[in-house]
Amino acid sequence: MNQPTLNMPSLSSGFLSVVRRDVLLAWKRPGDVLNPLFFFAMVSTLFPLAVGPSSEELAFSGPGVVWVAALLAALLSLNSLFMSDFEDGSLDQLILSPQPLPMTALAKALAHWLITGLPLVLVSPLVAITFQMPAQTISVMMVTLTFGTVSLSLLGSIGAALTVGLHRGTALLSLLILPLAMPILIFGARTVSLAAADDAVSAGVYFLAAYCMLTLTLAPFATAAALRISNE
Amino acid sequence: MWTFFHKLASPPHFYDLAAKFIPWFGVIGAACVAYGAIAGLFYAPADYQQGDAFRIIYVHVPSAYLSMMAYMIMAVSAAIGLIWRIKLSHAVAAAAAPLGAWFTFLALMTGSIWGRPMWGTWWEWGDPRLTSELLMLFLYFGYMALRAAIDDTTKADKASAVLALVGAVNIPIIHFSVEWWSSLHQGATLVREGGPAIETGMLYPLLAMIFGFTFIFGALLLGRVRTEVLFRERRANWVRKLVLPEGDHA
Amino acid sequence: MSEMLSMGNYGAYVWSSFGLTLIVLVVCVVQGRSRHKSVLKDVVVRIKAMESK
Repeated sequence: MNQPTLNMPSLSSGFLSVVRRDVLLAWKRPGDVLNPLFFFAMVSTLFPLAVGPSSEELAFSGPGVVWVAALLAALLSLNSLFMSDFEDGSLDQLILSPQPLPMTALAKALAHWLITGLPLVLVSPLVAITFQMPAQTISVMMVTLTFGTVSLSLLGSIGAALTVGLHRGTALLSLLILPLAMPILIFGARTVSLAAADDAVSAGVYFLAAYCMLTLTLAPFATAAALRISNE
Repeated sequence: MWTFFHKLASPPHFYDLAAKFIPWFGVIGAACVAYGAIAGLFYAPADYQQGDAFRIIYVHVPSAYLSMMAYMIMAVSAAIGLIWRIKLSHAVAAAAAPLGAWFTFLALMTGSIWGRPMWGTWWEWGDPRLTSELLMLFLYFGYMALRAAIDDTTKADKASAVLALVGAVNIPIIHFSVEWWSSLHQGATLVREGGPAIETGMLYPLLAMIFGFTFIFGALLLGRVRTEVLFRERRANWVRKLVLPEGDHA
Repeated sequence: MSEMLSMGNYGAYVWSSFGLTLIVLVVCVVQGRSRHKSVLKDVVVRIKAMESK
């Protein structure tokens, strides 16, 4: 590394290598991918068991249940976002590397979404069918869940960066992120409810898309600042 | 101008100056609140729609306003602390959080007590302001929990400052989404606080209460910042001089 | 007098919210003062221990 400018990887290849590394790691430990999905399925099962099997009530509460379960499942996996990197010291490498840290943070959040958010969106129709959701509503639900889980991964990466290396991290992380995630839950669940009632859904979808853009642009910078502070 | 700020931000100077301001803030605040409470409770005319129950707004509105104000103070001083690395402003942020949480709690409780005779229920999810206040309380809890979880004060200052700023960006969005959410909720028509036009006999006590609460909040905040400063500077020389009487120096 | 206190049958609500406000304000003052005292005490103990060394 006598001439670091020559050896420095380009912005996009550095970004992709972080994403590839995390996805490969998850591939080798399938529990990281599967556990949130099982959790998602089980929480959605809790509600019919608790509320009762009446199909009308389930169709009514379905959107809310699916969204709450998705939110909790996404939170559950956030704790590990920077944990292993922190423990084996590769977080130091990421911070010290010539790549801009916000870019790395964005890559980590994107990898997290690929590992947990995307499978959750793909599995959600199975849960939705058990709640008597019609096909049209399911497509709206998948769109809202896509925007919502991307935002959650980005928003959650801030919380994960703030709590990395702390004891009792998981409970604290939920306490930090849940109030901030309320707009996602509100617009996500209500939009699916509106779709189920054959109402206009564009307002909610636009909001979620806008929120997703906001977190895409701002969250990586907050995450980068938080990582620097936590790793001092 | 800048020397004034630097002097103000120097811990020993602030520690002395705040001690001089606190009693004045307390007295002004208590006087305004006393006038506002007596005038509001006994002299302001009863609302034509809500009767005497409207008098609850004399404590509800100031606390709700302060719950927002405290978060603003917290976020702004957190930003100042992060950008210009002024330690005093981190102390202000740390002191503002528990006070903000108390006033948020107060706004929630009085809002709920007001809602009981007005809506016939202690809690109305359809009301966006109460729901927003509840989320506000959770934001304060998160901030305080993060601070409590980090042992190193400097690290806790910076980490919680990032959280406060992320929260500050999110608060307008949370308010907006809660408004949208409750606007879809048809049925329950809510009585608006204060009605369309507020009479001056009702207004002056309210202004006095808001003014008085602000000064009381100021006194409480300064007191807590002094405590924070004392704790953070416990190894500094001026604290040693402060707590040891002159003859005690060995 | 009793008519004044009853607040047109809303007395319980009005007085409880004003009372609660007073309690919270008093708690804030007391909490702040006791914390300041305990921090001051700790600081004095620490410094005395350092001096006596």
